[in-house]
Amino acid sequence: MSGAENVGQDGAKARAALALRVREHIIRMATEGGCFIGASLSCADVIVHLYTEVLDIAPDRLDDDSRDYFFLSKGHDVPALYGTLAELGYIDKDRLKNHLSVDDHIYWHPNRKMPAVEFHSGSLGHLLSVSMGVATDIKLRGGNNKVYVMLGDGECNEGSVWEAALVAGAHKLDNLVVVVDRNEFQANIRTEELIPLEPLQNKWQAMGWHTRRCDGHDFAALDQAFTDLPFGEGAPSVVICDTVRGKGLPSIEKRADRWFVNFTADEIAQLLEELHGQAEAQLTSEALHVR
Amino acid sequence: MTQKSYQDTLEALCAEDDRIVVMTAENRAAIRGLPPKLGPRFIDVGICEQTMIGMAAGLSLRGRVPFVHALSVFLTMRAFEFIRTDLGIAGLKALIVGGVPGFLSDGNGPTHQAIEDIALMRGIPGMHVFCPADNEELVQAIPLLTKTDQACYIRYYDGAAPVTHKSPVEVGKAETLTEGDDIAILSVGFLLKETVKAQQVLSDAGHSTRLCNMRFVSPLDAEAVRDAAKTCKLVVCVEDHFKRGGLYSAVIEQLADEGIHGNVRSIALDQKWFTPGRLPQVLDNEGFTGDKLAKRIEALFKETV
Ligand SMILES: [Mg+2]
Repeated sequence: MSGAENVGQDGAKARAALALRVREHIIRMATEGGCFIGASLSCADVIVHLYTEVLDIAPDRLDDDSRDYFFLSKGHDVPALYGTLAELGYIDKDRLKNHLSVDDHIYWHPNRKMPAVEFHSGSLGHLLSVSMGVATDIKLRGGNNKVYVMLGDGECNEGSVWEAALVAGAHKLDNLVVVVDRNEFQANIRTEELIPLEPLQNKWQAMGWHTRRCDGHDFAALDQAFTDLPFGEGAPSVVICDTVRGKGLPSIEKRADRWFVNFTADEIAQLLEELHGQAEAQLTSEALHVR
Repeated sequence: MTQKSYQDTLEALCAEDDRIVVMTAENRAAIRGLPPKLGPRFIDVGICEQTMIGMAAGLSLRGRVPFVHALSVFLTMRAFEFIRTDLGIAGLKALIVGGVPGFLSDGNGPTHQAIEDIALMRGIPGMHVFCPADNEELVQAIPLLTKTDQACYIRYYDGAAPVTHKSPVEVGKAETLTEGDDIAILSVGFLLKETVKAQQVLSDAGHSTRLCNMRFVSPLDAEAVRDAAKTCKLVVCVEDHFKRGGLYSAVIEQLADEGIHGNVRSIALDQKWFTPGRLPQVLDNEGFTGDKLAKRIEALFKETV
C-alpha cells in the first residue's frame, strides 16, 4: 500500500493520527502484566510509516511470496507492531485485549502465529540473519520484493548483528533494508554510557552498507529517508532512525527506570490523557531499580 | 560395489529437487566440487555459523531445504541458540551436517571435540539425530532425510563400510547385525568398525553377543532398546560422546519411561575430553579399539552379571 496519494502534509497528518492510536494500544497493553513500553513508543512512528508508505504488503497478501517482508528483530517492542496491525486491519482490535492470555499468542515477544508476524523474536541478534535468508531466496527466484528488518540500538551490542552485517555486505543483498530504532537506550542504561555505538553510520558503512539517518518521529523526514531504495547498487541499505524512548509520554520519556512497566488501571487512564496533551500522569507504580 | 560420494549424492539430489540449497560456514571438506555445479544455490557465509543457521531458517521459511555444513563443534555449539530458536521453535527444516564429530577430530584437541553434540541436538523438540556408521548409510539416508518434515543433525562420516549391511536405513530404526542374548552392544556412528571386532571377540569367547548399529539417537529405536534390555543380561552403549546426554542417556530414559529394568552400562567419555592424537592412537588410548572394547565389556559382564 505504498500510497503516493498519502505523501505530503496531509499524509503526514494522517500517519501522525494513526501513530497516536497505535500509542493508545501500546499504553493499554502496559497493565495487567505490563509490557516494554519505552521501546514500543520509540519505534511506533517508524513502524506506522513502514506499513503505510513503504512496505508492499496488505492484509490479504500475507501468503503472497512477492510481498515485502518486515521482521521485528528486537522483539520486545511488539506492542507497536500489534497496535499498527490492529489499526490497519491485519488483526482484530479486540484481540489486543488478549495480551498475556494463554488462550492467544499475544505476549511480550512476537509469535509468528499472529497474522503478519513473519518470525518470532526476542532473543536479540537473530532476525538480521533470518531476513538475509529470505532476501537470498528472493534473489535466487529473481523476485523484486524487499526485506526490511528493525533492530534495536542496544541489540547492536550482539556480535551476531555484525557478523550478519558483514555477510550481507559481502553477498551484496541490495533487497535488504535494516532500520535501526536509535532510541539511545539499552535495557536499563543509555547506550553511550555503557557500550557506545557512535559513530553508528560509519560502522555500517565499514561493513559495506549504504546508510541514511533521520528523525524517526518526523514523517516528512521518514518520507525522505525511505525513498529510492536501495540507496545504491549492489549493497544492502540501513536507515538509522533517531528516536526517543517513551516518545509521546513525557512522564516516562528517556527514563531508564521505565523500560518494562506494569501500571495500574488508574495510571493507564492518566497516561492516555497525557498522550493527548493533558497533565503529566502521577505514576506511583514502582520503577525499576537502575544502578 | 562402488559407492557414490556424499557430494555426488547431494549434487544429484539438487538436480531433482530445486528446494535444496547447500550452505557452508567456510568448511568445504565434504562439498568442494559443488560450487561450480550449484552456482548461487551454493552459499558460503564465511566463518559465521550463527549467520548461516539464521539464513537457513529464512531460506526454509521460503520453502527451501538447506543443507548446512561446518565442523560439528562450532555448528552445534557456537550456533546452538540459533538452531534451537530459529529452526527449533519454528519447526523449520534444515539438514545440519557436522564434520569431524567425536573422535574424528583426532589431533585437533578439546576445542574441536564435539562430544556433547548429540546431547544438545536431541534436546531440541522435533530434531532428529542421525549417526551414520559409514558412507553407505550416509548416502542412503540423504534422500530420505530430505523428504521428512523434521530438521536433522547428521554426525558426518563417510568412511568405508565395516560390514555388509542387513537392512536399509530407515528413520528411527536401528540395524541388528548379530543376534545374541548374553550381551547387547548398542553402537553409535563410525565406532561400528570397532564394535564389530569387539562383538567377534566376545562371541569367540563364548558370549552370545548382539550388535545393534543404532543409526539414529533421535528418534530412538525404542523397540530395539526394549528388546535388548529385556533379553540380554548386559546392554552396553558405546559412543564417542560424553556419558551424559548421548545414547546412554537416551536409552535409560526410554527404559525408565517404560518401567523396564535392564542392566544397561556405558562406555563413553565420562566427564573428560579425550587426549588428542591420530585417530588409531586416540581409539587405543581411550580404550575404544575392538580388542579394548571387548575387554571392557567382558569386565562389565563379570562385574554385573
Ligand atoms: Mg534501544
